Amino acid sequence: MRIGTAKENYIADEALFDTNIQRGWMVALMIALFALPFMTGQYALYLICLVMINIVSTTGLNILTGFTGLVSLGQAAFMGVGAYIVAIMEIHLGTPFLLNLLVAGSGAALVGIVVGLPSLRVKGLYLAIATIAASVILHFIFANWTSMTGGVSGLSMPPASLFGMELIQPNQVYWIIMPITVLMLFGAANLFRTRIGRAFIAIRDRDISAEVLGIRLLRFKLMSFAISSFYAGVAGGLWAYFFRVITPESFPLLMSIFFLAAIIVGGMGSILGGILGAIFMTMVPEILKMMVGVLSPIWPDAVAVMSPVRVVVFGALIIFFLIFEPDGLAEIWRNIRRFFHLWPFKT
Amino acid sequence: MDWLFFSEIGLAGIGTGGLYAVSGLAFVLIYKATRVVNMAIGEMMMMGAYIFIGFSVGLALPIWASIPLAVIVSGLMGGVIERAIIRPMLGENAISVFMVTIGLGSVLVGLVEIIWGADPRRLIEFVPSDPIFIGEAYLSPKVGYSFAVAAVIVGLFLVIFRTWRGGVALRATAGDQAAAYSMGINVPKVFSLVWIIAAMIAAVAGILVGSIGGVSPNMGVYGLSVLVVVIIGGLDSLLGALIAGIFVGLIETYAGAFLGGEYKMLATFSLLVFVLIVRPYGLFGTHEIERL
Repeated sequence: MRIGTAKENYIADEALFDTNIQRGWMVALMIALFALPFMTGQYALYLICLVMINIVSTTGLNILTGFTGLVSLGQAAFMGVGAYIVAIMEIHLGTPFLLNLLVAGSGAALVGIVVGLPSLRVKGLYLAIATIAASVILHFIFANWTSMTGGVSGLSMPPASLFGMELIQPNQVYWIIMPITVLMLFGAANLFRTRIGRAFIAIRDRDISAEVLGIRLLRFKLMSFAISSFYAGVAGGLWAYFFRVITPESFPLLMSIFFLAAIIVGGMGSILGGILGAIFMTMVPEILKMMVGVLSPIWPDAVAVMSPVRVVVFGALIIFFLIFEPDGLAEIWRNIRRFFHLWPFKT
Repeated sequence: MDWLFFSEIGLAGIGTGGLYAVSGLAFVLIYKATRVVNMAIGEMMMMGAYIFIGFSVGLALPIWASIPLAVIVSGLMGGVIERAIIRPMLGENAISVFMVTIGLGSVLVGLVEIIWGADPRRLIEFVPSDPIFIGEAYLSPKVGYSFAVAAVIVGLFLVIFRTWRGGVALRATAGDQAAAYSMGINVPKVFSLVWIIAAMIAAVAGILVGSIGGVSPNMGVYGLSVLVVVIIGGLDSLLGALIAGIFVGLIETYAGAFLGGEYKMLATFSLLVFVLIVRPYGLFGTHEIERL
């Protein structure tokens, strides 16, 4: 709670950004996002696009796992559904990319609802395992429905086009990835100011109590699955436009674990946490790569060890954050902010 | 239908199922006593197999020495894992603990790749290679002997579980932790013991599985099939793990033989989804009743 922000009505209390300083920062961030492609190189933009795709998918998983308390290990498979839908529509129909992304999200949401159906009877770990089953079955479909998905060799698709211009390089694709990411983040943040979002949180805290309060469990759990998979589907669609080659191996189970790790590291049940987690987890391999660059003159094998070290670091980060900081980076960020709000009057 | 072919595949299926049963045993043991869903079971098996490689190839020890050594080292590792990672998570909600074991699995895979490389390896041949015939049906010797070893381990374990003092303490802890505490049982020690025993069983299972199909850092996928087994059998039922192990082994082998190798996983996981919808607590698991 900040000094000097007395709330006088409920609207002010529920506002997404409660002070003018915060709004100012938001405007500055928007300007920065628009200026970014003109100030950085292709590689930095490549990373930024990748981070943004991961942010969309992580936020989706956060809605399901962090806010509704349903653990899912199927996020990558749902992304795969979105990516394949986008690729198939782009190749066979050539429809505009916004429509494709919408259909991708809706298709993934439908699959998510089907996967979520057991969630009324099973929960917690059983549900997590049901989602693993779903991702194995989806992987099978991707690899064996050859007429649609191109089988093991996958699909390669034409780039998206905007006003007749083809978007190929990261600084071009950026212009569809960035606005959609921002839009979906605002959507997620606003979701938790509505009845639906509040119902999700109630289900997470204690589902039986939520039911007693008049929240229909099946409907809201399925809705959470649908929204989460919609995010995954759109993220998968963006992924497809970004890489333009899709194979069944593009969306392995390890990727689902990556997203789960991202929300744990970032902070479950916090939109900011999803963003921080996705940024952090995407940048970890890059930091390792830089360290390899520094180390390789001294230790020639550094490059070969790089990919297993990445796997170890992923696992170690999950363990470390769960044991020492279960609320993740978002909590660390809040602590820093709290310190400066009271500074220098902290007791 | 060719009955000889059918029964040969059935035998192979039962053999694979025996291995599933042993791996499922390691999983159920941990779940029963500590309520931890160990997603790293496949990785623990893989670690056991690689430690065996380390002793038999790396240090060039004879087989009779390297198997027990590998099992003992794996047991120690299980103890260390329990003490360092699982103990601090005591009392946290089940989902956090579950995700810690996912992290653990990832760390183990990475460590194996750093030490032994990412390429698949074969274990040293230590199983007699003369074919086994049961009636007319042929059974691959590796599968046959693995099944025999698996059966011995399961039998041995069931006897220990019933008679040994530590086994009784373990069952008491599984039944009611608070009551076990008040009867003077050192519950944290039992937890360590369970992880040590489970890691040892997992190592044996890993070596057996590795002797049939070779080992690679991707062996964690085998852990997914073990997960299917224990869910179908019921997470906290030893008997369930044994029966479901054989059952899943049979289904998988028949699916592989009659539909094609890529249908194996599909068949087992479709079965899993079916069981989850029809009987969520598994065939023999306890149906937990939730109260506010």
